[in-house]
Amino acid sequence: MNVNDFELISQLLKKRSGLVLSEDKAYLLESRLNPVARKWGLSGFDELAQQVRKSNDEKLLVDITEAMTTNESFFFRDQKPFDQFRDVVLPYLLEHRATKKSLRIWCAAASSGQEPYTLAMLLKEAQAKLSGWRVEIVGTDISQEILDKAKEGVYSQFEVQRGLPINLLVKYFTQMEDRWQISDDIRKMVTFKKFNLLESMAGMGQFDVIFCRNVLIYFDQPTKSQVLDQMAGLLANDGFLYLGGAETVLGISDRFLLIPGQRGIYGLANEQHAVKAAG
Amino acid sequence: MKSCLIVDDSKVVRMVARKILEGLNFAIDEAEDGQKAIEACEKSMPDAVLLDWNMPVKSGIEFLVDLRAMKDVEQPVVVFCTTENDMSHIQKAIQAGANEYIMKPFDSEIIESKFTQVGLI
Repeated sequence: MNVNDFELISQLLKKRSGLVLSEDKAYLLESRLNPVARKWGLSGFDELAQQVRKSNDEKLLVDITEAMTTNESFFFRDQKPFDQFRDVVLPYLLEHRATKKSLRIWCAAASSGQEPYTLAMLLKEAQAKLSGWRVEIVGTDISQEILDKAKEGVYSQFEVQRGLPINLLVKYFTQMEDRWQISDDIRKMVTFKKFNLLESMAGMGQFDVIFCRNVLIYFDQPTKSQVLDQMAGLLANDGFLYLGGAETVLGISDRFLLIPGQRGIYGLANEQHAVKAAG
Repeated sequence: MKSCLIVDDSKVVRMVARKILEGLNFAIDEAEDGQKAIEACEKSMPDAVLLDWNMPVKSGIEFLVDLRAMKDVEQPVVVFCTTENDMSHIQKAIQAGANEYIMKPFDSEIIESKFTQVGLI
């Protein structure tokens, strides 16, 4: 791979998705984009870069962006954030939204759907307490291809064994030979739509909880700040923002504060409501 | 250090599972069928059992029924690990008292994930 080709593709990715690739990640470009090159009848990365220079075909650019921004996901990823959701966040919201009886959750990088479906299963398990509530889970991702898989809700044997407790597999999935289909009840709880976090978030509406885990790590500092500041504008005053275990708001945004005792969960800095109640 | 009894009639599977679980800091004991596994549990009850389904002499599910019927013992966490990967087998295992269920083929990630879920790690 020559430097010019690397620059061309990495600039394209930065502009379209915010993804920042350092030169030591050049191998990722080749491993992920070689299949895209083959799909377009090109011999490999070098020809792919040439094609981008020559044609700027929107479909090709979308394929490249999607191939580079699709990341693995699994049910109950890291487990602890979902224990916190069940034991801290949900009880708080049940109490503080008791009059409104409405709950909106956004999974900002829904990928193949495991995170929003995990939340849907947790909410289903608590359905006795949510009777009469309007619950909405919105799952967004930059990749249409991965969202199509998410909407389908069909997972391999390997995927349903990473993090998903067996009793929930039995309860909420149907077996189709060696694949597993999540039930319509759970699927209907989640609305998937394509969304690029670099775009304006106005129009998304207000959320009680935002999951934005393992996304910011791919962005540079200004992009991280821009995304977090926009999310601050969407979060309810006493809402909760989840970041990944390796992510922080420190030095990036002063709009959020870590909720004491709750690793990875942030509340709005100017609102002590959720912080006090959940801390 | 927690202990795990690996019950499988395949020496290769026992070896692979042992390697993975030793890497997760478990002390390992092995049994090649359900009968030998019961005898091992009577001698010394492990914290966890990784259990195959189809074995000679006594199957995994027969072992589990006998194990859960044992009185005045600290019951171990039982994780099935079998090629029986259909819903009816899974339901039967849960009804008999299995805590988790791994469908073969497995790898270290799946074992670690399941053992974490049931609080062994």
